[in-house]
Amino acid sequence: MQVLYFGWVKSRIGIGKEELSPPPEVTDVASLIDWLKGRGDGYANAFADSAALRVAVNQEIAPLDAAIADGDEVAVFPPMTGG
Amino acid sequence: MIRVQSEDFDIGAEISRMTATNTEIGGLASFVGLVRDYAGDEKISSMTLEHYPGMTEKQLARLEAEARERWDLQDVLIIHRYGTLNPGDRIVLVVTASAHREASLESCQFLIDWLKTKAPFWKLEDRESGAKWVESREEDSVAADKWVRVTDA
Repeated sequence: MQVLYFGWVKSRIGIGKEELSPPPEVTDVASLIDWLKGRGDGYANAFADSAALRVAVNQEIAPLDAAIADGDEVAVFPPMTGG
Repeated sequence: MIRVQSEDFDIGAEISRMTATNTEIGGLASFVGLVRDYAGDEKISSMTLEHYPGMTEKQLARLEAEARERWDLQDVLIIHRYGTLNPGDRIVLVVTASAHREASLESCQFLIDWLKTKAPFWKLEDRESGAKWVESREEDSVAADKWVRVTDA
């Protein structure tokens, strides 16, 4: 599973992209984030406030409870600030 | 048409290109977003725009399609830049063209309102006090929401 980070999520974690193989209990974005929090302080800091996070699955905006599976591209980022 | 690029763009050239080949256009509206040199009471020396390659193009294409569905438009152009920009630099260009003014004026406002909250860009300001990510603004969400149709909700 390809996981991407943008904005301050990327700054806090320290990388923009990684290839991960989450355990079977990770079935949606929320459980992926919970699992990632255990990988270090940067992750815990980036994901401390889930209300501040936005998510895309396979480059489509998705809710935190969106189902994910191996092979998906999941992105976690702050609210977008285009324009 | 949509373009995501680091290079600057020439507004006059873009509009000339659009109108040279389509004489059904009776009017067009344009919006140009620029880098300000301040945020609150702090000076900004530069701004770096990061985006999500792949998703950005999809989202911008979707916004163009939405505008074309809602208004009778002859042409649409969205150019959004990324990378490090200086105060005064152009960030984004939206041009909408139609036979009559209402469609172009309204759709131009619609596109820039939705770009603010639906285009996957994030802005890092280089301030006197250090680097700071630009936060989304409540006013931008309100501006975007006013275009949500009851049937979409």
